[in-house]
Formats: sequence, C-alpha cells, structure tokens
Amino acid sequence: MTGVFSLLPEGQPGLLDPLLSGAWLSGGGEDLPRYLAAGGYAALPEPGRLLDRISAAGLRGRGGAGFPAAVKLAAVRDAPGRPAVVANGEEGEPGSVKDRWLLRHRPHVVLDGMRLAAAVTGAGHGFVYLSDAPAERAVRRALAERPTGLHVDVVRTEHTYVAGEETAVVRRIDGGPALPTAKPPRPFESGVQGAPTLVANVETLARIALMHARPESAEAVAGAHLVTLSGTGREGPATGGPVAGGAALAEVPAGTHLKALADLCGHGRADSVLLGGLFGGLHGAGWADLPLDHDRLAEAGGALGCGALHFLHPEDCPVAVATEAAAYLAAQSARQCGVCVSGTRALAGTLTAVARGTADADASGQLHRWSRGLPGRGACGLLDAAARVVGTLLAHFPDRVDGHRHAVCTACSGPAPEDGRRFTVPVP
Amino acid sequence: MKLLLDATRCQGYGLCQDPAPELIDLDEWGYAQLRETTVPEGGEEAAAAAVAVCPNSALRLVK
Repeated sequence: MTGVFSLLPEGQPGLLDPLLSGAWLSGGGEDLPRYLAAGGYAALPEPGRLLDRISAAGLRGRGGAGFPAAVKLAAVRDAPGRPAVVANGEEGEPGSVKDRWLLRHRPHVVLDGMRLAAAVTGAGHGFVYLSDAPAERAVRRALAERPTGLHVDVVRTEHTYVAGEETAVVRRIDGGPALPTAKPPRPFESGVQGAPTLVANVETLARIALMHARPESAEAVAGAHLVTLSGTGREGPATGGPVAGGAALAEVPAGTHLKALADLCGHGRADSVLLGGLFGGLHGAGWADLPLDHDRLAEAGGALGCGALHFLHPEDCPVAVATEAAAYLAAQSARQCGVCVSGTRALAGTLTAVARGTADADASGQLHRWSRGLPGRGACGLLDAAARVVGTLLAHFPDRVDGHRHAVCTACSGPAPEDGRRFTVPVP
Repeated sequence: MKLLLDATRCQGYGLCQDPAPELIDLDEWGYAQLRETTVPEGGEEAAAAAVAVCPNSALRLVK
C-alpha cells in the first residue's frame, strides 16, 4: 500500500491548491463539476502575463531535468512553425508514482494546464502521452466532459525506463518506437512532425493550472513538489529478494529536509538515500540535512530528478542497492548506443563481481574511471544514471565497498534482479 | 564550427580517429568519444575528414 500525504497547508474550500488537498483525496476525486467549482478552466489569460508569472515564480520542469519551465515555453513559442504541446505522463522511473496518480485522479488539472501551455505557446494540437491503462481511462473520460477547446489526442506507449524521454516521446507520437534520438535537434526546435513541440511533464502542467487559478500563491505552487518516497520492505521468499516498502506519495513545500521526508513515510531510521529515482545517486553522511532543491542537491553531487527518494536502513547494503540499480539500467538500455550497451554492461558486471567479492584488484579503479568518463555519452540519460549510482557508491561508501573484498555479504550473494523490484512502488 | 556525434549511429568502426586524433578518442570498446565539441581553428579539415570517413554517418559538422 502506498500512502498519500500532504505537508502543505490546506487551501480554502473551492480553491485549487494544493494538488493533494483533502478535497481531492476523498469524495470520489476530481470530476468536471467539482473542478469547475474549484475554479478550473477559468478564462484564458493574456499569454504573456501567464508566462511572466511562471517565470517570476521560478517553476522548473518536473520530469527530471528541472529545466526552467518559462524558458522552454518561450523557446517553443518563438520557434518557427505552429507548435504542438505534449502532456508527458509516462514516468519511467520505477520508484515514482506521481504522474500516474495525477492522471488517474486529477486528469482535469493536467488538461487545464495543457490548455494554458497551448495558449502561451500558440499551439494548435495537444497530446497526452502515457502507458498506464487506468490513467488512460481517466483522461479519456475527462476529455469527453471538458469544455471544448484545444484538439487533444491520447497516445499510448510501452512502459520502459526511456519511453518518457522527450525525444522518445516525439518519435512514438510520430508513429515510431519510443526510443530516444540524438540531440540536437531538441523537440522545442523540431518535434512532432517537425513542429516546435513542448514536451511537458504532467505535474509541471498541473502547477501551471494552479498558478493561473491562484496568482497570489504562484510562488508556493511553483516551489511545492510531488515526491514518491519508499524504502526497503520485508524480504519474502515469494519475491526472491527485497521489494519497495513503506511507500508514500506526498506533496511538500520547497526546501523540505530529506530527513523530514524519511520520517513522513516511516523510514526515520534511514542512514542513506538513493535520489531522483535511479538518476540522482546514493548519498550517505550529511544526506538528512539536504533540502529538497534542484541546485542544492546538484551541489551535493546528486539530482532531484523526478522527486523519487528511496531510503536505506542501516541493515541495508548500499552495494546491493547500487548493483540492483545498475543491473536494472543495463537491462533497460534501449540498445541503440554502443557505448550504453557496453558501458552499462561493464558497470553492472564489475559491480556484481565487487559485491560478491570476486572482483579483480583494479575493479574499483575501473568503476571510478567509467563513472567519470561515461556520463553524457549516450543519446539519453540512462547511461548517466548508471554511472552516477556507481560513482556515488564509491564516493560515499568506500568502506562498505571495500568490506566486500574481505567478508561475504549475504545481501549480495544472489544474482542481482534486473526487474527493478526493489525500487518499484505501486500507484496509490 | 561544432562536431556532433550521434551515439546511436556509432558502430565502433574506429576510422574517424585517424584523420582527427586531436578531436576524437576511441574508448576501450572502440566507440568514438569527442575530445572537443568546438572545432579549434585549423581543425576544420580534420573534422570534415572524420565526418566523411564514417561508414554510418555518425558524425556531422554544424556551424
């Protein structure tokens, strides 16, 4: 069971803020009458003013890269051609549930945000991109009952780690496989059928809708985050290894300390954390005082990514966690870039040998070298994620890594599962 | 001028390094790795030769 919490103050009744307020968690959730009564689908703004508001509030994209939303909107608006907008609800990180939760339970706030993004960019065509069947049903219901406006198509994709990457999104919508392409061009220059295309995460769009409905709270709305929290659950013979447990979806203010997030989902004993889904690396000493903030986490050598955090307890082995992450990423490689196929295989294989105590003497040196040299070399971020997991393991847990040379680690004795089960959180 | 590598196209033939060793390394698996993205003055000819020699058109030059 994945819990749902909000650390934000409840909005006044009838207002749209916050995304997870009690009003939307009970009483059958969001439908058109309730969404309209809450102030949704309000008259379109003067596009420049909404863009200024988004820019002033500092909204950053919620898909993982954290790029300033206003910069992306303006780039799409200013590119030659009639733009398209995509609500990207395909969350590939196994430890994240926020995007699917939003589409399943609050499709109108996402569609409203897409309508506003289309107004800002001048787009004439919208797409909702997803793989989750319950989310698709909710979106189709919402599309059927919403006020007429932007032409919107629903595009279904496979659920893979890379399917939500922005160039994979464009390729799939254009009828191809959901696999990344080399950049440049980025979708804002040349996206769906060559048109400048805004590929925006569904939470980003929802926040734009909230900022339109509640201009006086724009900064708080832009700073708040949906986060997915989990830790290692009970090990059971039926699963063949550790699974994600103590999971929660939460909406929290900007700058919340990571320790407070661990406490929120019953992982108060945690002594380390895996950040950003699998993208932000492992962090030990000092992690608890880090704030939920793109720049501060980047300074600490991590990444907030899509806001998924996986907590490790003192009895968990960080080497085992990193090995499973690397094995999963190697299995999820799109197998397009030779360097990704060879690089993830080398990282996962060598780390597995380290975990079992069978590695060559220079294994750590090799892992160090790959973790520094491989980032940025693939067409998407998968190889970067694998390199960061390994690099942060070596940087923050050198003694735990070294210990595997001298004594058998029971947590690392079996084959590392490639299905990401340790990190996979069920959608609440 | 910038030299761009499409990693999805690089098959590790390794031919590009010969004409442009200052711009391109080959990694331990034989895949091209750019040392520089911005082509330095005087390096345009070498970059163009590297682009031309790739059997899979993985390299391109853009202004």
